[in-house]
Amino acid sequence: MDETINVTIKSDTDIVLAREQGRALAEKLGFTQIEMTVIATAISEIARNIIEHANSGEIILCEHHNGVRHGIQIIATDQGPGIPDVNKAMQDDYSTGKGLGLGLPGSKRLMDEFDIQSTVGGGTVVVMRKWKYT
Amino acid sequence: MRVPIHKQGSYLIASIQAALTDADLLQLQDDLSSKVGHYRSRGAIVDVTALDVMDSFAVRTLRSIAHMLRLRGAETVIVGIQPEVAFAMVQLGLTLEDVATALDLEEGLAYLYELTKKSGHKNG
Ligand SMILES: Nc1ncnc2c1ncn2[C@@H]1O[C@H](COP(=O)(O)OP(=O)(O)O)[C@@H](O)[C@H]1O
Ligand SMILES: [Mg+2]
Repeated sequence: MDETINVTIKSDTDIVLAREQGRALAEKLGFTQIEMTVIATAISEIARNIIEHANSGEIILCEHHNGVRHGIQIIATDQGPGIPDVNKAMQDDYSTGKGLGLGLPGSKRLMDEFDIQSTVGGGTVVVMRKWKYT
Repeated sequence: MRVPIHKQGSYLIASIQAALTDADLLQLQDDLSSKVGHYRSRGAIVDVTALDVMDSFAVRTLRSIAHMLRLRGAETVIVGIQPEVAFAMVQLGLTLEDVATALDLEEGLAYLYELTKKSGHKNG
């Protein structure tokens, strides 16, 4: 069975832990050095959003198949305040805090698939995937 | 993990040894600011060779370190950004803006030397 790694995100040290776990899984799945760094960077941004905007949450890492391709899947969930305008949040340089506003749009650029679902008062779920081509 | 900072002549060298948490990065900012004052340093090098990820917080903090040290009379150079890290930074949309960078420690020192020698201070 494919392994699933759950990382609880509640402090800045968990951001480092999540991206290290992500890098390790990506390496195990045979991703290249550059892809491993890309995956770890996207995880860092999404985990950071949990800390900065939702206080706490979880990152779930696993291998993913869609019949044709396989790769890595990263799910980030929180029960934070949610995002009122997701389209705005996905724009470069848009931040409601003191961040650079590049975490969401940048992670989308880094990964092959990126989906975000958010409900005000209910929380946010981000699903990202990167496929293996080699 | 606290980043060791050592003094070399009129420069400071901060050599990051392993992955840094946000708290570690902020500590580095505090340490560099106070050491620049203490040693009256003219420049600082932050060696990021050991960083396998530079996300938006790391970049924002490095930028603020450089701006802060400039206000304290010292120039900052970031050295050792790894090729994969640079690639991911570009995709993410991160730039170091006006912060100087160099390939490695040697280049960084050469850059600082050129930049600060005109000011009449002797290195050493
Ligand atoms: N998990 C989350 N919960 C609530 N709001 C979020 C979350 N992630 C992102 N956001 C919102 O989306 C905006 C854009 O996020 P991002 O692109 O990462 O920029 P930054 O984090 O630098 O502000 C944030 O400023 C915040 O308002
Ligand atoms: Mg963010």
